[in-house]
Amino acid sequence: MMPSSALLSLPMILCLGAAAAGQLTPSRAWPRRWLALMTMVSVTAVGALLLVTVRRNGIQAAQMGGWAAPFGITLVADLLSALMVLVTGLMGLTVVSFSAATLPASREAGAYYPLVLVLVGGVCGAFLTGDLFNLFVWIEVMLGASFVLLALEARQEQLEASIKYMSLSLIGSVVLLCAVGLLYGVAGTLNLADLSVTVPGLGTPRLMTAVSMFFLVAFALKAGAFPLFFWLPASYHTPPAAVTTLFSALLTKVGVYALARVFTLVFTQDARFTSTLLLVMGGLTMVTGVLGAVAQYDVRRLLSFHIISQIGYLIAALGLMTRGALAALIAFLIHYIFAKSALFLVSGATARVTRTYDLHQMGNLYRTQPLLAALFFIPALSLAGVPPFSGFFAKLAIIQAALRTQHWVIAGTAVVVGLLTLFSMMKIWREAFWKAPPENQPQEPNRPLSLGDGVLGPCIAMTTFMVVLGVGAEPLLELADAAAGQLIDPTEYVRAVLRERP
Amino acid sequence: MELFLALTVGALFAAGLYCLMLHSVVRLALGLVLLGSASNLLLFTVNGLQRGFAPLVPEGQEALTRPFADPLPQAFILTAIVINFGLLALLLVLVHRAAQETGTDDTRALRTELKDSQ
Amino acid sequence: MNPVVMHTVARMMAPVLLLVSLVLAVRGHDIPGGGFVGGLLAAAAFALQMVAFGRSAARRQLRVHPTRLAAAGLLVALLSGVPAMLEGRSFLSSLWGQVPLPWSDGLKVGTPQLFDVGVYLAVLGTAMSFILGMSRGEETTAPELGR
Repeated sequence: MMPSSALLSLPMILCLGAAAAGQLTPSRAWPRRWLALMTMVSVTAVGALLLVTVRRNGIQAAQMGGWAAPFGITLVADLLSALMVLVTGLMGLTVVSFSAATLPASREAGAYYPLVLVLVGGVCGAFLTGDLFNLFVWIEVMLGASFVLLALEARQEQLEASIKYMSLSLIGSVVLLCAVGLLYGVAGTLNLADLSVTVPGLGTPRLMTAVSMFFLVAFALKAGAFPLFFWLPASYHTPPAAVTTLFSALLTKVGVYALARVFTLVFTQDARFTSTLLLVMGGLTMVTGVLGAVAQYDVRRLLSFHIISQIGYLIAALGLMTRGALAALIAFLIHYIFAKSALFLVSGATARVTRTYDLHQMGNLYRTQPLLAALFFIPALSLAGVPPFSGFFAKLAIIQAALRTQHWVIAGTAVVVGLLTLFSMMKIWREAFWKAPPENQPQEPNRPLSLGDGVLGPCIAMTTFMVVLGVGAEPLLELADAAAGQLIDPTEYVRAVLRERP
Repeated sequence: MELFLALTVGALFAAGLYCLMLHSVVRLALGLVLLGSASNLLLFTVNGLQRGFAPLVPEGQEALTRPFADPLPQAFILTAIVINFGLLALLLVLVHRAAQETGTDDTRALRTELKDSQ
Repeated sequence: MNPVVMHTVARMMAPVLLLVSLVLAVRGHDIPGGGFVGGLLAAAAFALQMVAFGRSAARRQLRVHPTRLAAAGLLVALLSGVPAMLEGRSFLSSLWGQVPLPWSDGLKVGTPQLFDVGVYLAVLGTAMSFILGMSRGEETTAPELGR
């Protein structure tokens, strides 16, 4: 068995090392593509191994460079982190194989795969770190890679989106840096476990609440929560489908993860205030996201607004702050990464057939591409929360948690937003797959409209995950419950990190 | 001294935010530079201004005997400067390209061209 | 400005700047300096060449593509942490050893120095790719500056 310190640092070493090695290979498509595929397979394997280790032996911690806990950089894996690393590896694998099937060879030969690897490495780092400043660094690594991916070969109409996205992210980083600096000034440490011990004894709860608001703003901006979401629909529809899938699967989730981490571990001093704030924020995010989607006729813009609305569910679940709600949050997070990715991948695949993302221009795909239609239908129903797919159980768990704590408004909002999501998904279904194709469509019979090889593979994989997570929801919910237990009661986390101290 | 630094932080934040609100891509970038500096200075000020030696144990001794300065805020600031530098350079490359494409640094020009192309 | 002065100064300063950047990188373990500053100074040396002789000249003098230089630096920095892992310690733990030299009792070398070399290359590569990227499309104006 590998020592846990090696296991914990491997995802980042593998990704960054492969990114560097890939950039050193000659500028051809195949070496970079295969290197990226192999790395993603290894990251997935490491994630699985990590999950098994944590499940069997409890929370794992490692001190980088051998510097003891509150002074050095700590990597920690509890069940949530390990689960997220596993999902990140799977998503990386999916996106890389979808990129190999859809991107032009010239783009594959460039810096594309190294950047994807840096992004995945940054995301894994953010999930595994046990130190707030280190979290800031990994988020910046991830953002830097996402900037270049978005702006790489940006056409003119993408420039505005890229500039908007970059400046808002940079403002978010400034807020996060201020938050980190203020917290260090008040508490004298940034190690999450150490903070969890010292903060309650500081005797300055109001000051801590003020600092926690800085963190809330910074991470809510990264997560795309109300009212800080404008950058998301403005930028997510511009890059190729593979890049959008990667962004939607991982970037906002880091924001949600970080919120869950700091508000369960560190800022528990004024739980009533923060939880109310999170609930209001979550509810408004749900509603604005889904209402924004109603007006859209560009598939990817529409799906981008649904990202926001689903983030609302996650933040509301965090606001409930019970073990059941946190378990629901984790189950929902996993389900939703797969569902949303499946939808973005399918939208990319349909665009290869129709050459457009505009719903007005589509139609009849149900007859011409029946398999694609099925691959859209299942994740769409799952996202809306229709049984027996994964979304149903995840959403049900959140609503149950809300009812149990007598938050009727949130429960009602969640139900209504679920219905609106279904309506919105049915709009795509009706426009793209069901209705007759528009009359005035420029017919080009000599240009064969085909999907191409290997495009459907990743979509099928994602949809299969969703069916498996739906039919076999029990083990996932059990795992999510165990992970939520570790979040609610941080003693094991603290003990794992600060083992050396009395 | 602390008051002076605190006022400087405030002034930097104000100037940075003002720059963000102008319709100019270059001023946007400059505003972000100012905001970055403001947050670094904030980190520096909040963590106490101390006079002290580098926290290195002198040769032949077992422990730190002289008053020493907390090295962590300085390490944070250094890292933050590096990161800010890298991300801003990326933004500048993009701003440069936008200026080349549109011939102006007005953000509204970027947007109207977006409307035309749709 | 008189271009002859500019050219002469740029030509004379280049080796000096690169040497100082190396000195900074080597001495920076526990005194001011280090890979980051060294790398930046080296990038400044190449930027000076660009101002004097144009973008393509600076690119030629760098020899390697800047992003590859950055990638090599990242790889070296990462590899410097691996030996500790092979010994069963955590990633990036420092390992030190003595290299016996005939004229003294030994030179202290360790993995942090390798890490600094990586940082030096990564910073040089990244800074150069920004500098060269920003001046793209200005091939015609850059040489005029130094003519």
